[in-house]
Amino acid sequence: MSAKITDVLKKYTMAIALVIIVIFFQINTSGAILLPQNINNLISQNAYVFVLSAGMLLCILTGGNIDLAVGSVVCFVGGIGAVVMQANIPWIVAVILMLVGGILVGMWQGFWIAYIKVPPFIATLAGMYAFRGLSNVVMQGYAIGINNETFLKVFGGGADCYIPDFIGSGAMNITCMVVGVIAVALLIFSVFRSRAAAQKQGYELAPLPGELAKLVVISALVLWMFYKLANYKGIPTVLIWVAIVLLAYTYITGNTRMGRYLYAVGGNEKATILSGIDSRKVYFFAYVNMGLMAGLAGILTVARATMAQPTFGNLYEMDAIAACFIGGASAYGGEGNVFGIIVGALIMGVINQGMSIMGVNANYQTVVKGIVVLVAIIFDVLSNKKKK
Amino acid sequence: MGKTILEMKNITKTFPGVKALDNVNLKVEEGEIHALVGENGAGKSTLMNVLSGIYPYGTYEGDIIYNGEVCQFQKIKDSEEKGIVIIHQELALVPQMTIGENMFLGNERGTKNAINWNETYGEADKYLKMVGLSETSRVLIKDIGTGKQQLVEIAKALAKNAKLLILDEPTSSLNETDSRALLDLMLEFKKKGMTMIIITHKLNEVVYVADKITVVRDGSTVETLDCHETEISEDRIIKGMVGREITDRFPKRSGVKIGDINLEVKDWTVHHPLYTERVVVDKVNFNVKKGEVVGIYGLMGAGRTELAMSMFGKSYGTDISGTMKINGKEVNLKTPREAIDEKLAYVTEDRKGNGLVLGKSIKINTSLANMAGVSDRGVIDTDKEYNVAAEYAEKLKTKTPSVEQLVGNLSGGNQQKVLLAKWMFTDPDVLILDEPTRGIDVGAKYEIYCIINDLVASGKSVVMISSELPETIGMSDRIYVMNEGKFIAEMPASEATQENIMAAIIQSAGGGDKS
Repeated sequence: MSAKITDVLKKYTMAIALVIIVIFFQINTSGAILLPQNINNLISQNAYVFVLSAGMLLCILTGGNIDLAVGSVVCFVGGIGAVVMQANIPWIVAVILMLVGGILVGMWQGFWIAYIKVPPFIATLAGMYAFRGLSNVVMQGYAIGINNETFLKVFGGGADCYIPDFIGSGAMNITCMVVGVIAVALLIFSVFRSRAAAQKQGYELAPLPGELAKLVVISALVLWMFYKLANYKGIPTVLIWVAIVLLAYTYITGNTRMGRYLYAVGGNEKATILSGIDSRKVYFFAYVNMGLMAGLAGILTVARATMAQPTFGNLYEMDAIAACFIGGASAYGGEGNVFGIIVGALIMGVINQGMSIMGVNANYQTVVKGIVVLVAIIFDVLSNKKKK
Repeated sequence: MGKTILEMKNITKTFPGVKALDNVNLKVEEGEIHALVGENGAGKSTLMNVLSGIYPYGTYEGDIIYNGEVCQFQKIKDSEEKGIVIIHQELALVPQMTIGENMFLGNERGTKNAINWNETYGEADKYLKMVGLSETSRVLIKDIGTGKQQLVEIAKALAKNAKLLILDEPTSSLNETDSRALLDLMLEFKKKGMTMIIITHKLNEVVYVADKITVVRDGSTVETLDCHETEISEDRIIKGMVGREITDRFPKRSGVKIGDINLEVKDWTVHHPLYTERVVVDKVNFNVKKGEVVGIYGLMGAGRTELAMSMFGKSYGTDISGTMKINGKEVNLKTPREAIDEKLAYVTEDRKGNGLVLGKSIKINTSLANMAGVSDRGVIDTDKEYNVAAEYAEKLKTKTPSVEQLVGNLSGGNQQKVLLAKWMFTDPDVLILDEPTRGIDVGAKYEIYCIINDLVASGKSVVMISSELPETIGMSDRIYVMNEGKFIAEMPASEATQENIMAAIIQSAGGGDKS
């Protein structure tokens, strides 16, 4: 039994670290970190990290490959959107253009990496320069404001970017709470349905106590988060996009063939090729997908700022890479998951916000970020060593 | 004979939950070659790790007496100072560095702050000569073949002033010529008074070089045989290793009907991928029938793997010509995927490098080549996948607590079974098995042979590539002999003997100018 507990501890080391970090700030900010407004800010400010990490995770899975161009692409795509909307073209067209732009950038980089075998580090380094330059070209060096209300509202920018409260009208946002309850109900339903289906066909079931414990913890967290949000202004629209991305990528990495190929290529590329899988397509997919996520992150970034600027997105790629590695993705590929990057992104976000509330000098905040990344990796390396 | 140089007394070593060594005793006399044999996991390597200090004093029970004194090695350096040097199975050389740099790695010549390169290379050349290498020590490791790399390892050991040399599977990656050269070198060192312990699976090598043989089984020493008292046969050694008489190393196939031609290859020619003018496979013709095991025998470098991989969706080579028919239908396979779809499977010789994703579970490896079999429109049914993997694990008797076990944690024999399961799950008609029993122990070999028999009994065809003559003769219905890219002989197994196969190879090598 004790062996099992250490296994669980090992698997959720970073999640436990996150809890400890939250408790630390809870004490040092006299409870401010968990105020409804700060929970809301944590989500809104870090939306781009969640989205970009999901894309970055797939690249890293294929063998520790990273995309350095992400920050520049975010800026470039955002710039295109702002310019288009300024010309009074419908916002939906701008959104499509931005997403397609991201995909095209991904195809451009993916082609060189997958089919011509340019090392990803170099191909994306080139992209980092080129797309930063192109952002300047698109915006001609100026900041461009966005005043399309619908666009801002849908993608979480401006003053009123919350899902309106259809039901209640009091201090608490009832709609928000209802959505939370429905989400938990759906989760519980899907778990039990899949267990029932497995039982019917005589497949082996995961032990019930473990699964129940997991379910209880997740449900409690979701309800708690929605409760906090309900006590502020309700569900920020950006949360919808983050949730869609995270759910989709949990599914892609866990349940689809392409997801499996990403892990296999990172684990042993030769064996994968000889299993009849075209590894080039796998790399290409990973980078095209990264482009799409960069496009979405670009949309969220300019919406939140209600403008585009040629300096946007600076070092975003590093935030995404750090979230992946803190979340347990292997620098050699083949290991990592979406749950991990959620934890990784939250750790970074909480530390950032906690320090800001505590009033730590901004210069030191970056130092702490660096130390956190290093400590996380040291932890990972040491715990893997013990396994052997 | 000579005096006892090393005695290991009542060595017991436990890992959490497992007793790896149980009261092992080993006595080695000065100036002899002592062979240590046993199945995989019997404890040979653990014993040598105890001896060389990799497992430090205090983590095991028992005594090591070397040159009359009780030794308590804390680390490898301690045992090396006494002249005990171990050469590990996996070569410990850095490919991008020169021979000289490798030889004195961690043992650099010169002062504390500056390496004396003249001394390094001068000394290195001296030791290279002792092992019969003519290369200068300034050559990069990656530019010499594995045979020579193994000799560099030995030279490296000599440079450490070795008195007792331990060689762990020194020939596992060498071809027959290089292996023989290495064994002869060992005999030469013996004449000069060096003591050696050799760990090997290849029993013919044991018979060739050993003065004494100690058999280890399940963590204890079973017996020590003296090769000078009586003639020791391979069968005698096997009996000690498995603890029973193996009456037949190859299970009999009975009642398997050989049917129509399943795979036919004509004028198959393949060029080297980099040196495109070099012909690696030269106008090869062969066929396999339903229910038949066809053996392809050849020395290393004969082009067998290249032939198989070029057939398997052009996974090797350029400028491939010739025709291939599967089930009477001509096919042109451009990728491994197309090959799999045409019901061809290639089970690689390099299971760790080309076959398995070691960091992933048995389950994931089993379904890798046939993901469509466990998924619906791109979405994997993990329950089904689990059951498929469990089914194969049971059928092939894979020893594992669960199919969630990482493949990297399995023994060689069980890894091979997972690899076979992966390809059997693609439901092929023709399986090309490349060295299916390389590096696995006698018991597991027998089980692999049984699986091959089951495969042909169900009407499939098996092409078995092997470097082991007894295996080729014992398992095949028909044998092709390959040398230097050509098929030089074909014979039914009933007519094949080790002598006439080797004769065919020698004849073709000598009489090349006639054709």
